[in-house]
Amino acid sequence: MEHKELNLLNEALGFHNNNLYGRFVLVEDTVDTTAAFVLHQILKHSFSSHPSSSVIFLALSHPFSHYDRILRKIGCNLAAQRDNKRFFFIDMLMLQFPDEGKPNDVGFAAVFEKIESVIKALPQDNTKFVTIMIDDISFLQVAANGSSNDVLDFLHYCYTLTSEYGCAFIALDHKDIYLNEEKPAIISEMEYLADILVKAEPLATGLAKDVHGQLMVLHKQHGISPVKIHNFHFKIKENSIECFYPGTKI
Amino acid sequence: MAATRTRGSSFSRNVSTVTSQNSGLKHGPNGTTFLSSGIPDLDKILGGGYTLGSLVMIMEDAEAPHHMLLLRNFMSQGLIHKHPLLYASASRDPKGFLGTLPAPASAKEDKTRDLTNEKDLRIAWQYKKYFDPQLNISSNNESYLCCTGAQQDYCNDLDLRKPLDRHFYSGMNVGCVSIQDSPDLASLQDQCAKFLSQFSRNEANISSAGRIAIQSFCSPQCKFANMEWHMLSFIRSLKAMARSSNAVVLVSFPPSLLSPSCSKRLQHMADTLLSVRAIPDEDKEMAKLLTGYQDMVGLLNVHKVARLNTQVPVILETTTFSIKLHKRRYLVLECLNQAPVDGSSGSSYNTSGSCSGSTKAGSLDF
Repeated sequence: MEHKELNLLNEALGFHNNNLYGRFVLVEDTVDTTAAFVLHQILKHSFSSHPSSSVIFLALSHPFSHYDRILRKIGCNLAAQRDNKRFFFIDMLMLQFPDEGKPNDVGFAAVFEKIESVIKALPQDNTKFVTIMIDDISFLQVAANGSSNDVLDFLHYCYTLTSEYGCAFIALDHKDIYLNEEKPAIISEMEYLADILVKAEPLATGLAKDVHGQLMVLHKQHGISPVKIHNFHFKIKENSIECFYPGTKI
Repeated sequence: MAATRTRGSSFSRNVSTVTSQNSGLKHGPNGTTFLSSGIPDLDKILGGGYTLGSLVMIMEDAEAPHHMLLLRNFMSQGLIHKHPLLYASASRDPKGFLGTLPAPASAKEDKTRDLTNEKDLRIAWQYKKYFDPQLNISSNNESYLCCTGAQQDYCNDLDLRKPLDRHFYSGMNVGCVSIQDSPDLASLQDQCAKFLSQFSRNEANISSAGRIAIQSFCSPQCKFANMEWHMLSFIRSLKAMARSSNAVVLVSFPPSLLSPSCSKRLQHMADTLLSVRAIPDEDKEMAKLLTGYQDMVGLLNVHKVARLNTQVPVILETTTFSIKLHKRRYLVLECLNQAPVDGSSGSSYNTSGSCSGSTKAGSLDF
């Protein structure tokens, strides 16, 4: 089983060298090529990374049943993890802050407090092995009626958890939404803050049944070592992801 | 682990049984259920139909009303299957639109349609042998299913020249809403919420499914047309409500009237994303390039197909289809065929794929 996990994506994300704890991973995709599978892969791996690891999942796109079914096929039982208090699913599908009335930051503060309270409620030693995932960021701005500042404040607060508690922070956003904006504040700031950037794009040559897209994983090592880039193609299957260098698909 | 099955899961067209005689629902993969779009070819392209719980968005072309064809067939099919319907549009009298819905064709006319399709396909049939034999098996099964009564129950051939009988929509389960005069979307959202609460999902058998059709969302006649974030919030909450109910929400919108980023956000929100385009009349270049150009009414693009409960994307053989009216009555979708090149340069080049859009493979095998 372990040998199967040594694929390019896991290597690129650095699963067996150093885990993602204490780092911020930003996953970007487009309408043509979704990168949700990267989240599923990271989600599965986070449970096996450490016996007392836990995941806090802020869901804005899909309900629990969707992830449960998908993860089951790739060998992870989310319902059981939820019962074991290792998986905390925060359903924010209907999150919407009113236009008038309480300002957005109050609403976002409540969400952040919820996350923090979950972390604080964990046993002392386990707080080092928490992964926070957001699927996906673009809905936060819709919930905030377009206010990018409030969304950025919230995301900054989440980012501080990586240093305060050593959490891993993973977020998904859609790159093509911001292409035409004059000041794409959210995506630019997130790309700047991110330690690892994962970009999914369609193939330049168009659709293909055997290759679903191309993935670029960028490690920003702040400090002495330069940026490390991994580029490969992928094919998404029900119970695994096949990753291969361009042109090597058999 | 994944390779032991003979049919790869991302290819398997589910030759699935109808759940109950007249419910108009069909089991899909991964615990999903389909209902028919009202267009047999589109159901096949999408792998069964529209998934219950999904949001279908149609990007309109400002120059052509082809999205109306998709809307009408969707609504009509739902009424035939007695699926409760909520219809919203920006016109003053949305109820009047119901009078333009197509009626199911009479049985005699259906048989002739099947036969003529098969005759046309014999020419392309010789290329079938180059394609995956497993794909042939599945499409063979499907064609068999088409000829039997079961398929007719699920999806009717709708005759666009015959209006739907009044008794289909005079009942209590059809609601029409005009959004022209409302200052914001709050009332529409409440009505949708109330409508969808009838179909909330639980693990028990699905008794009935609901359909919501919203026509030309964010068209300029609506007062809220400038409030982009408001509209995005509405669609987002509609998507979330649909997800937890046994209903399909179909929304058509004109992307040219929105800012690019707002349009992209809507495209991301859609589970199934289609777009329709007009075909310019008398375009000599296109007439040379494509066969059957004269009969084409428009083009349909399938950008995204709903993948609920699974991470595997649907990759179609082709994503652009021509919209044609068979006998000026029935909506058919066909793959685009490149016209044969002039004899001097060699063999003709036919780019039609084996997309299940128009292939009902016969039993002939050369």
